[in-house]
Amino acid sequence: MIKIKNLHKKFGKVEVLKGLDLSIHSNTSSGGIVAVLGPNGSGKTTLIKSILGMVIPDKGEIKLQDKNILKKHQYRNNINYLPQIANFPSNLSVKELIKMVKDLRPKPTTDNNLIDLFGLLPFLDKKLGNLSGGTKQKVNILLTFMFDSELIILDEPTTGLDPISLLNLKKIILEEKQKGKTILITSHIMSFVEEMADEIVFLLDGKIYFKGTLVEIKQSTNQKDLEHAIAAILTTTNSKFN
Amino acid sequence: MFKILKYSFYDLMRSSWSYVYFLFYLALGFVLLFLNNDVSKAVITLMNVIVVLTPLIGTIFGVMYYYNSREFTELLLAQPLKRSTIFIGQYLGVALSLSLSLIIGLGIPFLAYGLLQSNAIFNFTSLLLVGAFLTFIFVALAFNIALSHENKIKGFGYAILVWLFLAVIYDGLFLISLVMLQEYPLDKFSLIATMFNPIDLSRILVLLKLDISALLGYTGAVFQKFFGTNAGMLISFFVLLLWVILPALRIIYISKRKDF
Repeated sequence: MIKIKNLHKKFGKVEVLKGLDLSIHSNTSSGGIVAVLGPNGSGKTTLIKSILGMVIPDKGEIKLQDKNILKKHQYRNNINYLPQIANFPSNLSVKELIKMVKDLRPKPTTDNNLIDLFGLLPFLDKKLGNLSGGTKQKVNILLTFMFDSELIILDEPTTGLDPISLLNLKKIILEEKQKGKTILITSHIMSFVEEMADEIVFLLDGKIYFKGTLVEIKQSTNQKDLEHAIAAILTTTNSKFN
Repeated sequence: MFKILKYSFYDLMRSSWSYVYFLFYLALGFVLLFLNNDVSKAVITLMNVIVVLTPLIGTIFGVMYYYNSREFTELLLAQPLKRSTIFIGQYLGVALSLSLSLIIGLGIPFLAYGLLQSNAIFNFTSLLLVGAFLTFIFVALAFNIALSHENKIKGFGYAILVWLFLAVIYDGLFLISLVMLQEYPLDKFSLIATMFNPIDLSRILVLLKLDISALLGYTGAVFQKFFGTNAGMLISFFVLLLWVILPALRIIYISKRKDF
């Protein structure tokens, strides 16, 4: 599905990605949820944005379904992306925004189900500038999940959601997985990752430090839960560096 | 591109700032025309306002729009759209909505005054045309600056500096050089120097249309000889067009290489 080879990216003097190699295969029958983890500044967002073509890598190649995607734009029709911060033109209404995104991506949508699920019906005619942060995030989620795409990328999806919406979000993610989609998630909330993810990709210092299942990461660090396993990795690498 | 243009345009047309800008021109037009009762005097006063104000508003709106819609731009970047489509669409949306505020805001009082019967209609149209050109030019410059600077304060600072340079400082330098080099024939030099500043070029285009170039003395005669002809007019509109196209091309160039 995704194949990344020798990816390099520098922002000014800071080298964020240093020859990252990653390949993610999804078994088309069951799909898969891959969590991309790592400390702050380890390159998670840069990696995701490179796949989306928002960050232009200095070196390396990225292939989606065996097709090179760098400098192309059409392939994004097959990716749904949930950005970290939701901010929309404040003078458009929710309805108009949905219409606009549909206009930009001529694909069948399931927006009505999602509007019901998140209770967005009373907000449809409201201007986006007048919505609360949590409601904006719901609109953001709606825009992400209303298209049927092979790859779904979620950057910190739980930000600002109330418990019910969080449950709904988990439900949608699992449903999409059932349909055989590949889902890439970054999150700092370990309980969420532990609940959802099938596979963990741990980034450290611009490279993949660990890739494997939840069970494997816990076994290799001799810890009972993910939070401690991650902490164990970080302390051992820190002592190595010191 | 037209889709992006359409939605940026809708968004801006509903913002209260567009109305403030529109109402300002509406009030200005009515006051000047109905208190002055002389169309060509009104056009001169309007020219002085437009030549300085449209660039300023274009600069500020352009920079503000870019920085304010950053997260939304990221959402657009994740859609199957070319980068040039997104940024040129947004640029045209901002420039068009500002130009419309200007044209409608001034157009209504002039129509109400009975402009269509007077022979000042050409002066007035060239005034609006120049105003629209200046808006397109300075919004493009503002987008260029905002795209090259992540830091909002820096971007704002540089954008205002560019406006200040072209609206005020350039004229000062121009005058100093004319005084210092007065022993030499300067007509060609001043013609060329005018071309390099869209604000000066617009001002002279309108002034010469008004047939008051006799007041400008010898230089005025040279300018009249150049701009008064069809060729001169064509060349100066072509230069204004270049002032729009070159920054717009640079928007495409930068946006293709930028990380978001």
